[in-house]
Amino acid sequence: MNMRNPIARARGHGSAKEGVHHWYAQRASAVLLIFLVAWLIYGVLSLAGGGYEASRAFIANPVNAALLGLLLVVVLYHAMLGLQVVIEDYVHRPALEVALYFVTRAGAYVLMALGLVHIMKLALGA
Amino acid sequence: MIGPYYKPQMTSLMSITHRATGVFLSVVGAPLLVWWIIATAGGPEAFARFEAVIGNPLGMLAMAATILCLCYHLLNGIRHLVWDTGRALDLRTAYTLGWLVLIGTVVLTAVILGVLL
Repeated sequence: MNMRNPIARARGHGSAKEGVHHWYAQRASAVLLIFLVAWLIYGVLSLAGGGYEASRAFIANPVNAALLGLLLVVVLYHAMLGLQVVIEDYVHRPALEVALYFVTRAGAYVLMALGLVHIMKLALGA
Repeated sequence: MIGPYYKPQMTSLMSITHRATGVFLSVVGAPLLVWWIIATAGGPEAFARFEAVIGNPLGMLAMAATILCLCYHLLNGIRHLVWDTGRALDLRTAYTLGWLVLIGTVVLTAVILGVLL
């Protein structure tokens, strides 16, 4: 007979105590993205028909450059967390699961780096 | 969710659609956004190549699908965030908000495509 209080077992070990981190990060990034995506939709609509010069001027604006960089990082973070859940739920071959996990993370980081460098290039007028 | 006893319902279909649109936005939408930034930074010729690709029928389809997925995922995502606070979980409200998301998606997508085209 186990005389320990179940709460002691629950608190003591088993969990790394970070169980809600992924869940919380997905939602926190989602809340930020409501505002950032609304801004991007408005921004892109204002560029309609403006061609190259309108896009260049838009991204070169320091406030837009900062918001676009922030959006890029947050949206790709949100995407990598979401893709992770989809992979975990539907891919049941361990090797493929690990490979897809790696590819989606690497892809997100590469897109972040590429996007940020080119935003900075425009914002700094190089 | 697929089996002999499964009957399609709005709640489960909208849930799987949330995932599908999220995957599409990750795989097609995000690269499109980054390509737009790179093309703009690359100068007029690079931008012209970008415009040529999103201007051809397949490019326009990808663009339209991205906008549709974005509108759905944005609006349905808000519905999920409301649920996460423990509100609106009864079936009636879940369906009402579901219809609002679907109608909102059609309206928002139509407005955006209307301005862009």
